[in-house]
Amino acid sequence: MYAFEYHRPSSLDEAVALLTSDDIKLLAGGQTLIPTLKQRLAMPDALVDLGRIEALKGIRTEGDSIVIGARTTHAEVAASEEVRAAIPALARLAGLIGDPQVRNRGTIGGSVANADPAADYPAAVVGLGATIHTNQRTIPGDSFFEDLFTTALDDNELITAVAFPIPQAAAYEKFANPASGYAVVGVMVAKTAGGPRVGVTGAGPCAFRAPALEEALAGAFTPEAAKGVSMPATGLNADIHASAEYRAALISVLASRAVAAIG
Amino acid sequence: MSIAITMTVNGREVSGSVEPRTLLVEFLREHLRLTGTHVGCDTSQCGACVVLMDGASVKSCTTLAVQGDGATITTIEGLANGTTLHPMQQAFNDHHGLQCGFCTPGMVMSAIDLVARVPNPTDADIRKGLDGNLCRCTGYQNILRAVKAGAQGMQTGMGG
Repeated sequence: MYAFEYHRPSSLDEAVALLTSDDIKLLAGGQTLIPTLKQRLAMPDALVDLGRIEALKGIRTEGDSIVIGARTTHAEVAASEEVRAAIPALARLAGLIGDPQVRNRGTIGGSVANADPAADYPAAVVGLGATIHTNQRTIPGDSFFEDLFTTALDDNELITAVAFPIPQAAAYEKFANPASGYAVVGVMVAKTAGGPRVGVTGAGPCAFRAPALEEALAGAFTPEAAKGVSMPATGLNADIHASAEYRAALISVLASRAVAAIG
Repeated sequence: MSIAITMTVNGREVSGSVEPRTLLVEFLREHLRLTGTHVGCDTSQCGACVVLMDGASVKSCTTLAVQGDGATITTIEGLANGTTLHPMQQAFNDHHGLQCGFCTPGMVMSAIDLVARVPNPTDADIRKGLDGNLCRCTGYQNILRAVKAGAQGMQTGMGG
């Protein structure tokens, strides 16, 4: 690791004031950032540790949404009675991330801000139609992920919470890489008052909705309807783990499994 | 830039001065000479470095020492009571849950965290609970038996 300076603010305002350059990075759980630093893939001047900002922690119900503070760990989301009762698919998703130690440290804000193409939470942000709350504004989940590791966040903007509208029902299915646990493809299907939503992670440069699947499911909310949709492979990821065509096929298969799980 | 940190490690308050980039595992091994916590892969895959931080298992090679400032840490050295092993350690001994032993400190710490959350773990619970720990010798079967016995031992307060 290259040397860097370290700040540990105790309030959000203090943290934002420290974000004076592009070379100052936010540290949440550090489960991606620290390995990145260790491999010398990043060389920040300073880290701003969000670990002591209490306002960023916790899970609460606000109206028809579950609001999860950015510093809430995956383990906390997975174990939360509130989340398990309102959006069990989200609790299940959190419990499928990484391994127990990663879940004890990694946070929802960190995962969403990092926008790893194979991370699980982005499928929930897009599939459930979440809203990203920042220190400056709210950003619709649908327009938050822009590209590989690229989000709508500005340089001096930090996520404070993620608000998930409570769906009528939802399910998350993923085809996990057996070594890393990352999603080769992961699909969140939600039944909402506004119709079915389908959020996909792992398949493309960033998470996206699948309108073709949503339309098919609006016609008939059945596993067969999902399986009958042929997703195009154009623009999808291809690597040693799976070809673009294989990922395209997985999207429909996992969507149909999610629909079956919803029942 | 050097930062003063204080933490409670195995019941003892310790302090030190570290660079921000110092890892928790480096602080434990090199500053405190607690070398029972191992560094295997150093890329947060293998779990040999697992310690309990405020009661939750964490990979100390993927945690900065400064993040542990003020925390309560338990390492493998903090488990035994004098010459009486912790039930989970005793169970690994009794059931031959190790061969070379390099991964064992992390296995034991992860297993203790698992049993704290799931007091009567099934085989599937144990396999999932040890998802972040790799062993290259045993094939895991005896580790599974050891954790099962260790879980019982932790409930009765007896060795496995």
